[in-house]
Amino acid sequence: MGEGTGTPAVELRGVSRQFRRRRTSLLTPAPVVDAVRDVSVTVARGERFGIVGESGSGKSTLLRLVSGLDQPTAGEILVEGRPVHDQPARRLGWLRETLQLVFQDPMSSLDPRMRVRDIVAEPLVAQGRHDNRERVHELLEAVGMSAEAADRYPHQFSGGQRQRISVARALAPGPDILVADEPVSALDVSVRAQVLNLIDEVVDGFDLTLIFVSHDLSVVRHVCDRVAVMRRGEFVEVAPTEQLWNDPQHPYTQQLLAAVPDLHGALAGRTARDLAADVARRGQDGAGTG
Amino acid sequence: MPDRTVLRVDGLDVHAGSTPLLQDVSFAIDRGERVGLIGESGSGKSLTALSVMGLLPEGLGATGDVRLAARTPAEHNLLALGERALARMRGDGMSMVFQEPMTALNPTMRVGAQVAEVMLLHRTRSRRAARERAVELLEQVGLPDPAHVARAYPHELSGGQRQRVVLAIALANDPALLICDEPTTALDVTVQATVLDLVVRGVEARQAALLFITHDLGVVATVCERVLVMYGGRIVEAGPVQDVFGDPRHRYTQGLVAASDLSGADGRRERARLPTIPGSVPPAGRFPAGCVFRTRCAHATDVCATPPPWTPRGEHPAGATAYGYACFHPAGGEEDG
Repeated sequence: MGEGTGTPAVELRGVSRQFRRRRTSLLTPAPVVDAVRDVSVTVARGERFGIVGESGSGKSTLLRLVSGLDQPTAGEILVEGRPVHDQPARRLGWLRETLQLVFQDPMSSLDPRMRVRDIVAEPLVAQGRHDNRERVHELLEAVGMSAEAADRYPHQFSGGQRQRISVARALAPGPDILVADEPVSALDVSVRAQVLNLIDEVVDGFDLTLIFVSHDLSVVRHVCDRVAVMRRGEFVEVAPTEQLWNDPQHPYTQQLLAAVPDLHGALAGRTARDLAADVARRGQDGAGTG
Repeated sequence: MPDRTVLRVDGLDVHAGSTPLLQDVSFAIDRGERVGLIGESGSGKSLTALSVMGLLPEGLGATGDVRLAARTPAEHNLLALGERALARMRGDGMSMVFQEPMTALNPTMRVGAQVAEVMLLHRTRSRRAARERAVELLEQVGLPDPAHVARAYPHELSGGQRQRVVLAIALANDPALLICDEPTTALDVTVQATVLDLVVRGVEARQAALLFITHDLGVVATVCERVLVMYGGRIVEAGPVQDVFGDPRHRYTQGLVAASDLSGADGRRERARLPTIPGSVPPAGRFPAGCVFRTRCAHATDVCATPPPWTPRGEHPAGATAYGYACFHPAGGEEDG
């Protein structure tokens, strides 16, 4: 399909999602929360696109919209040129083959009563592919696990291995796009590096487009080509990774970068007082302009 | 026990039935010293803190010697004290800040009353003075309009504000020892920076000893002067932050520092493979005998099946346990290879 190669992997046009909160009074209308506000972005095929933001910034809501798990209140979402925003779940079968998710907590996203074999095969079964023994072993091998893991249950694995199982399940239908929501936030430091390497490998090996969400700037920096900084539902800055780090334009990006207690900085003598003072100063700048 | 030592832990063992959870944990903290305790989940960081506080869950037994010089010289082993005596020390001579501020606060009580309560319980202030002091403390931890915040309930505050309230409670009676267990893990980075600053200011102003538990190397290096590295229920390396992180000796510390460095500051290309520690942390009680790290260590040999002795690395005012490592094949030395 030659004409498809120019189509971006994901395109958002003015996407907003409002949630209505519970009414607090009979006399006033229910308050409305803008979880995502007028977000437009184009993610090219093969790109590694990162989204950083603090809790409540709208990162996860945005991912749910892109994955067709929720519908925007305004705007359009196209995945490989096909609309997602106005489709009911039953007509998004194609999306489940194209786009797959890896979640933060591999304990709650893997069914404890299913064997690893069935977990990894489930997306295949959903497509009507029932003879998939070989495929499961292939997938487990691709994420660095042995075939014997297939007959065990999730609780028999460590957090890092469970996240490998999640990646294997995501790869099962042969997706083009991998969406990862804080995939290493629940992991120990020594295991985090293993899972980041794995994501790197599969994105390269399977020619995937990656959308990677994290609150941890150093992780996003390591993984992504281009990064969007999200605050209160909006993209305040989108830039190639190194440009964002070396020359952040938006005061909020500057504040976030200043707040990270990084090891090299600390060993060079950066104290908690310096860190807090930096954040406070940038915060004031931010309040002035924003 | 020298005058400056606030907390001395000697040969602390914690076990659940016959399963050892902590083995031979020994360290000391001086007055005004800020010491980090770092390790992955299941390494025994929190158990160490809970042992000191006398808050171990039922079913766990602790042996060893834990002494605290607060108000009075350290004449009692805390592990031998009864609940009444311990309760008198908690919140007074020693206090603790937990990870989750929402579960540490009473949801049905105004926060000002909760700060005052700890002073009333220990009779350090009259009712009226405690109420006034509570507002002062809330101001010290940087809460805007402290008189107003004092009348709020915990659910009305943000996560960062709640953690400030917990810190105010912990500091209310000017403890000699403050233990913080992952106090900023649940917070956003910008909020974390402020809370870390407040912790440091709070202990500096009181010349208190700080034991700061975290899994984040950057946080430890920012807050503490000295660090204890824990793995498999043992302290495997200790020393000034600069030396332990800048020039680690234990192979576990070496791997941990390498695996957590995502910045590529040593000139490696951004997308290069990250160095990793093979395998994963075993569940509690499943660590190998001898060196607890040997099953994941590329340098392990037969000798590692016996417990590695503590090798002092240099002089330190807080004693031999303050600066050294327990490894047969240390990094950084001549025998590296």
